[in-house]
Amino acid sequence: MEWETVIGLEIHAQLATTSKIFSGAATAYGAAPNTQACAVDLGLPGVLPVLNKETVRMATKFGLAIGATVAPRSIFARKNYFYPDLPKGYQISQYELPVVGQGYVDIELEEGGSKRIGITRAHLEEDAGKSLHEDFNGMTGIDLNRAGTPLLEIVSEPDMRSAKEAVAYMKKLHALVRYLEICDGNMQEGSFRCDANVSVRPKGQEAFGTRAELKNINSFRFVEKAIDYEVERQIALIESGGKVVQETRLFDPDKGETRSMRAKEEANDYRYFPDPDLLPLVIEPAFIEAVAATLPELPDAKRQRFMEEHGLSAYDAGILTDSRDIADYYEAVVTAVGGEPKLCANWVIGELSSYLNRDGREIDASPVSSVLLAGMIKRILDNTISGKIAKEVFDAMWAGEGDADAVIGKKGLKQITDTSAIEKIIDEVLAANPDNVAAYRGGKDKLFGFFVGQVMRATQGKANPQQLNELLKRKLEG
Amino acid sequence: MHNKTLSELSAGLAGGDFSSEELTGGFLARIGKFDGQLNSFITVTAESALAQARAADARRAQGQAGALTGIPLAQKDIFCTDGVRTSCGSKMLDNFIAPYDATVIEHCNGAGLVMLGKTNMDEFAMGSSNETSFYGAVKNPWDLKAVPGGSSGGSAAAVAARLTPAATGTDTGGSIRQPAALCGITGIKPTYGSVSRYGMIAFASSLDQGGPLARNAEDCALLLNVMAGFDPRDSTSVERATPDYSAALGNPVKGLRIGLPKEYFGAGLDPAVAQAVEEAIAEYRRLGAEVVEISLPNTALAVPTYYVIAPAECSSNLSRMDGVRFGHRCAEPQNLEDLYKRSRGEGFGEEVKRRIMVGTYALSAGYYDAYYLKAQQLRHLIADDFKAAFEKVDVIMGPTSPSVAFDIGARSDDPVAMYLADVYTIAVNLAGLPGMSLPVGFADGRPVGLQIIGNYFDEARMLGAAHQYQLATDWHQRIPHGFE
Repeated sequence: MEWETVIGLEIHAQLATTSKIFSGAATAYGAAPNTQACAVDLGLPGVLPVLNKETVRMATKFGLAIGATVAPRSIFARKNYFYPDLPKGYQISQYELPVVGQGYVDIELEEGGSKRIGITRAHLEEDAGKSLHEDFNGMTGIDLNRAGTPLLEIVSEPDMRSAKEAVAYMKKLHALVRYLEICDGNMQEGSFRCDANVSVRPKGQEAFGTRAELKNINSFRFVEKAIDYEVERQIALIESGGKVVQETRLFDPDKGETRSMRAKEEANDYRYFPDPDLLPLVIEPAFIEAVAATLPELPDAKRQRFMEEHGLSAYDAGILTDSRDIADYYEAVVTAVGGEPKLCANWVIGELSSYLNRDGREIDASPVSSVLLAGMIKRILDNTISGKIAKEVFDAMWAGEGDADAVIGKKGLKQITDTSAIEKIIDEVLAANPDNVAAYRGGKDKLFGFFVGQVMRATQGKANPQQLNELLKRKLEG
Repeated sequence: MHNKTLSELSAGLAGGDFSSEELTGGFLARIGKFDGQLNSFITVTAESALAQARAADARRAQGQAGALTGIPLAQKDIFCTDGVRTSCGSKMLDNFIAPYDATVIEHCNGAGLVMLGKTNMDEFAMGSSNETSFYGAVKNPWDLKAVPGGSSGGSAAAVAARLTPAATGTDTGGSIRQPAALCGITGIKPTYGSVSRYGMIAFASSLDQGGPLARNAEDCALLLNVMAGFDPRDSTSVERATPDYSAALGNPVKGLRIGLPKEYFGAGLDPAVAQAVEEAIAEYRRLGAEVVEISLPNTALAVPTYYVIAPAECSSNLSRMDGVRFGHRCAEPQNLEDLYKRSRGEGFGEEVKRRIMVGTYALSAGYYDAYYLKAQQLRHLIADDFKAAFEKVDVIMGPTSPSVAFDIGARSDDPVAMYLADVYTIAVNLAGLPGMSLPVGFADGRPVGLQIIGNYFDEARMLGAAHQYQLATDWHQRIPHGFE
């Protein structure tokens, strides 16, 4: 039988506020345990929550960016359950009336084209603390630094049909929240987390199969692995006469498998009810308009513009718009160079990206700034250096040896464009290799590259390649 | 000295008749002498009280004293006090030393009031008799066999017995008004949102409201002026300028339109209480008020509505008492579930457990619509009753409680009978309106309270009406025998 996979994702994006959603405590990552938990975060008797307005602005931004209605009135509700790292015995979340209603994003499909993924809702809530099970000698330690950190939970429709689509959707949202500057997107620190609801059904069947909820899949790679594993598990189970049960499953990245965490029957009755400590969240149209005015150009629009105005390929435009930082960097280079977008794009996508990858750096920590890169590209364009020599210049700039002109001057990398000088070296090379000259003239065209290489070696790569090609061709054929 | 009102004490301090230290020492001595009989204090903070008193005297010497600087006060043990045990009347918080001050405490400290100690109360403010306290029942100074009412029973008994000139309380379903009535003193629950709930340990967040208990309306106004005010730390705090609650004390009653809800004078009302209330109404007529009968048709729904909403909220509010971070933790927990079950099982008393169970049930999947949601709808109907009434009248009057103080133990086995006794006070909390009680006589030697219910933010008019009555009568000046 042919099976179809159905996937919906719940993404928790940690909002990039400096203080928590209901208290004034800091949200910075990595502080010593319980040093960023105030009386409110500790859930001491008598304390009360006060909503951080910045989280509302960020949620509004997100709502606008996915074409959703920002609710004029939404309600904070208590989700009640006991756990040691949940200080109040309830999580303040939104239930019946979320701040962001239905919206969508479009994902690019691997096989080409795009697909619209519906977003059911997005709501504000507070994060819980952390339970630390190691180093406490049979006991559990509680760190409440994270308790009260603002989250935007983004719930998708069950619109994805493969793990690859799920990853594409997740990447799309990841880029979007960073474009909007509402989330730093740091997945290692848990700023952007994902749960997946996965089910399978016979192809053509309308009704959904029973779903499992996969937790703890906090990288793009794990999402794909976890879903693929789960789909295979469910199909194998059904085909061997079993039934999928509704349950929560935990992904184990070491083993690459999912295992049952709790069945539906064991699920909590969360006893949601409106939090009487917080008034309904009322958002005025004027506020929404003001936020709309601050929206940056969004990835899809930017990508389109790079294709139409810069003449970039869909692929290049896609890579450059993956993150706002990269797009901004690229545009800064183009502006400083004064055009030549394709050449600029190649350097950003090529050399710069591979150096960033190699050193595990983000673009905002690149030793080669957009100004430095543009300065170098200008030297390519004015024939001071060749593209090949430019790689050497780039490497030196990366190592902190100054701007392109300084590196070119210090290392003597200025291109040789003097025709007579190049001719002289060609003549020496041809004189030293009479056999190869004869062979070339006898029809071994491939030897052309050999002669280029010899001249380049003799000039330490500084001969202008175009001039060299022309002169060499003339000499060999002459 | 101990028979003086706040305004008299204020004048005495200002005139140099006595110092705050003398005054504070005098009240501490009375607490030491009498509280063994009453059990109205959980914690007496003698040392810090005297230090505060000396600081208040110094402040006065520098010419920086306010109206209430140096006057002693008792705080209900529901308000968090930095460095002082804040038990909420529960074993659960018997070891809880609050690390911060409630906004009300900050306001009182700022005004230079001196805290004598923390008063006894029903556990987590759940009760109408002060019998549910982990620290034992409080006795009514008018008759030591009788309850003082609750949940602010310790505050009411201490004020009535002249162990403190005034005290703070909180009122979720009548917890200021009913003990004020049963102890023969004056107390007011202001409009919901007037007094910050920050640092006031929550029972039912949408109903809880702090307020003063004192010997007369004038003193209540003075103390409410200190307690009230917008607080950005409480999202339900109303953002408006704090009114001068004393402003209308001098306004004559003439022309005041008083509504008497017929539902408040029907079956279940003790005839002796009815008589005292009717005599008080007659006094208002003599003072020139217009009295009309009105109807609050949904009155009978108030108690059942309240006993869904209040337990639902408390079941969630009390979840933080889990033995993990503060409060009672059972000995040698075997695992997480054992920690929760035994810590909570040992830490909470019977009435608290009952309400947590009821509230958890009301919020459970499949029952939410039938109970919690329905109760919220009824709450609107009840509020609408008052809204309609206030189109015709300025204030509503009636009995605070259907009976006078009952004997300790008399209703302990019948929680429903206990709940039903809150029938006149509860609707006020559901509607968020201000309500107060003032003494208007006795039945069988035990005090009777008159309740005044006002429109939203109309406390000044209510306090004025009460003050005018107190100028014409002396019920508020009676002193329980043995405490003169």
